Amino acid sequence: MDADWRPALAASILLRHDKRRDADLLVMPERVVVLSGQAASVLRLCDGNRSAGDIVAELERRFPGAPVADDVTGFLDRVRDEGWLR
Amino acid sequence: MNPPDDRRALNRPWGLLAELTHACPLHCPYCSNPLELVRRSRELPTEEWERVMREAGELGVVHVHLSGGEPLLRPDLAAIVAAAVRSDLYTQLVTSGLGLDGARLDELAAVGLHSVQLSVQDADPVNSELIAGRRSFAAKEKAAAAVRERGLPLGLNVVLHRRNLDSIEEIIALGEAWGVERIELANTQFYGWALLNRATLLPDRDQLARAEEAVERRRERLAGRIELVWVVPDYFDGVAKPCMGGWGAVSLTVSPEGTALPCPAAYALEGLEAPNVREHSLEWIWEESEAFNAYRGSDWMREPCRSCAHRDTDFGGCRCQAFALTGDATRTDPACRLSPDHHIIQRIAAARPADPTAVPFTYRKLGGQQTPPATAPSTAAPSPATPYDAPASTAAPSTAGAPPGGGSRPAEGPPPGR
Repeated sequence: MDADWRPALAASILLRHDKRRDADLLVMPERVVVLSGQAASVLRLCDGNRSAGDIVAELERRFPGAPVADDVTGFLDRVRDEGWLR
Repeated sequence: MNPPDDRRALNRPWGLLAELTHACPLHCPYCSNPLELVRRSRELPTEEWERVMREAGELGVVHVHLSGGEPLLRPDLAAIVAAAVRSDLYTQLVTSGLGLDGARLDELAAVGLHSVQLSVQDADPVNSELIAGRRSFAAKEKAAAAVRERGLPLGLNVVLHRRNLDSIEEIIALGEAWGVERIELANTQFYGWALLNRATLLPDRDQLARAEEAVERRRERLAGRIELVWVVPDYFDGVAKPCMGGWGAVSLTVSPEGTALPCPAAYALEGLEAPNVREHSLEWIWEESEAFNAYRGSDWMREPCRSCAHRDTDFGGCRCQAFALTGDATRTDPACRLSPDHHIIQRIAAARPADPTAVPFTYRKLGGQQTPPATAPSTAAPSPATPYDAPASTAAPSTAGAPPGGGSRPAEGPPPGR
C-alpha cells in the first residue's frame, strides 16, 4: 500500500449509523454493506486528510498490542479494490 | 402463556420502491407497472408520501427508489425527496430522463437527492425509440450529461430482450460514453406487459449465452470504473430466481394510489388483498398484514419446495410467475427444473416465432392494451406511460468486517432478486 495515500470514501457512498439495527452501514446506490468489528472506526478516519500511515498510527494508539499495521492496511486495500475508497 | 413473539426476529425492510405515478412519456412493452394503471386523480397527495417516507425511515428502510411511471411528472417530487432525506433515506431517482433538465436537477440536488438511475432502451437511437414508443434518445443523452455535470452518481438501466440483446457491447459502450458508474443489464422478467409481449421479447439460449460472454469480457476491462450488473433470465437454465430476496424479507413497494406489496408484480396476484398506506402504517403493513405474511418464510410451501435443500436460498422462486403460469401462487415456480410445471416454461421457450419483428409490440398505455404499428413514431403524441422501472429491490446486505477484532473481508451479497 502507498503510505502517502490519503483514503477517502468514494463520492457516492455514505457511512451511516443505523439506529434501528444498531449497525454501521456503507450505503451506495443499490447496495448496503453492513460493517462489523471496527470497520466503521477505520473508515471514519478515511477523511482524505489523513494518510494511510496516519490512520495506522492512530489505531495503534487506540488498540495497543493489536496487529493493526497488517490488518488495517489489508482492509484498506480490499475496500479500495471494491471501489469504495479513493 | 403467550406464544413466543417471533415478530422480533422479523427482518426490517432495507428498500422501498415508491411508484409515485404511473404516468410516463414512454410506452415500453415490458413496463413493470401493472396492466391496470392508476389514474393521476387517484394518486397519493404530497403529505401522504411525506408520511410514507417518515414511516419508512422509522421502520428501518435505508434506500428509497423514487420511481413510476416517470416520477418527474410529479410536480411535488422535490418535497417528497426532502421528506425522504429528512428520514435519513438514501434517495435514488429512477427516471426515463425525459424532463430531467438542469433546473429540475438543481431543485432535486438542493434538497439532497443522492443518485440517479436512467433507463435506456438500446444503444441505437432508432431501435431505442422503437422500443420506447416515442422520440426520447436525445433527451436521455442530455439528462445523463446534466447529472454528470452536477457530480451525482449515475447508473444506467437497460431491460434486455430478443430485440436488443445483440447490441449488448454497444449498450455498455454507451454507458461508458455517458459517464455512468453502474450499468444494470436486466433481462426481462415476464409479468404484466412483458408477458403480453413475450412472443417478441423472449430470447433464446444462444443469444443469451453470446450476450453473457460479452458482458464477462467487458466486466474485466471495466473493473474499478464501471460496475456491470447482469440480472439473470430464468426461462433457460432450470433455476428459479430468489425473487425479491424472499417474500416480505428485504423490500416493499408502494403504488401511486398507496397500495403496498412486497413487489411491483404482486398486484396481479388474485386473492391477495393489498393493504393501503392511507389506512395503515408501514410498520403494520410490514409486520401484520396478511399480504406481507402470505408467502413469508417456508410454511406456505408445498412439495417439491417444502423438503427441498434450496428452499431457504431460492424461496421457491417467484410467486407472481407461479401464479401467471399455473394460476396458483403456492406452486413451485415453473422456472425451476424440479417443478412439476417446468414443461410450461420449456414449451414457451421452444415456441418462439422465427421472426420477432413479425409480432408487433403491445405498447404500455393508460386505459387499455393497444397495438400501434411496429415502427417508431417519430413525433408520438405524449400520453401517460412508463419506462421499465426496475422492481428495484435493495440487495440483501452484505457484510464487511474490519480489524482490529476478527474477520475483515468485505463480502458481496447476492445481486438484487427480481
